[in-house]
Amino acid sequence: MITGLVIESLAVERGGRRLFADFDLTLRAGEAVALTGANGAGKTSLLRAVAGLIRPLAGIVRFQGAAGAVEAEDARSAGLHLLGHHDGLKTTRTAWEELSFWSAWMGPAAGGLERAVEAFELAPLLDLEVRRLSAGQRRRLALARLAASPRSLWLLDEPLAPLDAARRARFGGLMAEHLSGGGLILAAVHDPLPIPARAAVIGEAA
Amino acid sequence: MSALASLLRRELALAWGRGGGPLFACAFYAGVATLLPLASSPEPQRLASLATGAAFATLALASLLSLERLFERDYEDGALDLLTLGDAPLEAVAAVKCLAQWLATGAPLALLAPVIAVALGAEPRFAPMIFASSLLAGLGFAFVGGAGAALALGAKRGGVLIAVIVLPLFVPSVVFGAGAIDALASGLDWRPGLVLLLAYCLAAVGLTPFAMAAGVRNALG
Repeated sequence: MITGLVIESLAVERGGRRLFADFDLTLRAGEAVALTGANGAGKTSLLRAVAGLIRPLAGIVRFQGAAGAVEAEDARSAGLHLLGHHDGLKTTRTAWEELSFWSAWMGPAAGGLERAVEAFELAPLLDLEVRRLSAGQRRRLALARLAASPRSLWLLDEPLAPLDAARRARFGGLMAEHLSGGGLILAAVHDPLPIPARAAVIGEAA
Repeated sequence: MSALASLLRRELALAWGRGGGPLFACAFYAGVATLLPLASSPEPQRLASLATGAAFATLALASLLSLERLFERDYEDGALDLLTLGDAPLEAVAAVKCLAQWLATGAPLALLAPVIAVALGAEPRFAPMIFASSLLAGLGFAFVGGAGAALALGAKRGGVLIAVIVLPLFVPSVVFGAGAIDALASGLDWRPGLVLLLAYCLAAVGLTPFAMAAGVRNALG
């Protein structure tokens, strides 16, 4: 269980270009941060650096737990969810097969699948192949993984984009519930989040 | 552990799902083997002397076919990102993917190998031996091929690059595997060949997951 995320003077370079440098951010349990920035400012790269998928040029990402510091490796293998542009869903598999596989992979919880299906209204979609889903339905399936496997830090990259207004509000409720249960959310967004969130801007200096 | 088991099930389902990749590999194998008598000579005597060797060399080629998709598919759609965030280490993920490659593609090819060798003129009594060494060699092909696939990950024209990286590394298993069959056919002791093939495969299974994990991390970062 992660209760804190500390990013200190992080710098990330992609393809020989410095995206941002000296980025600091502290996130505590129950807090959400809405990360904004121009296209190409490095929002996605920041989330991927926190998830350990890219090695930063400089700076450090630290995770804290209830009993002090948590090894980055442990935090990444059990404590965080990443939702990116590429959702990792296989188009030829059914929604149910994908949801149950990813729930097993990310650490299943008792009743987690049922909760996820209910929260994202997936019941009528479960037998469909992923390629038959609309963009919004597919995003709901991707988001359902957050509910199916409880992990405290959510790294969300444009989570709301393809969702309709009612679903955005509903996901907002789910995020609020996650925060009140001691969760942490770091979301890269262009539209405001449907929950109170601290704002952080990336790439201003550049 | 159950997470890795469900990954194996998913990999097998994806391999055998829509498109039936292993069937294409088998069709390719049969096709190349059919070209051989047309290209060399249909004379049974000459063909029979080539049969096991040709069956083994074309097996190596057919094993290359689906390697490109081994990591590429998960790399493109983001699944590889999420696989790194599971409880299991990336080395285990890579090993499971190669194991699935062996079970889904290597095993059907190994079943086909004796059929092809016999069709080309090998004696039917060698069929079990041909199957055994093809199956074992397939394990080596899957893991060594997986290392090539991980190294070529993200590169343009990765499939060709994989073939160029991996074919030289297939040499020992072809030499030992075909050698064991040959030894049996000439009434010599076939065990050393098979044991060396086994050693090669075990080394591949034990070592390549580390190379694959490093290759995948490099491609993601």
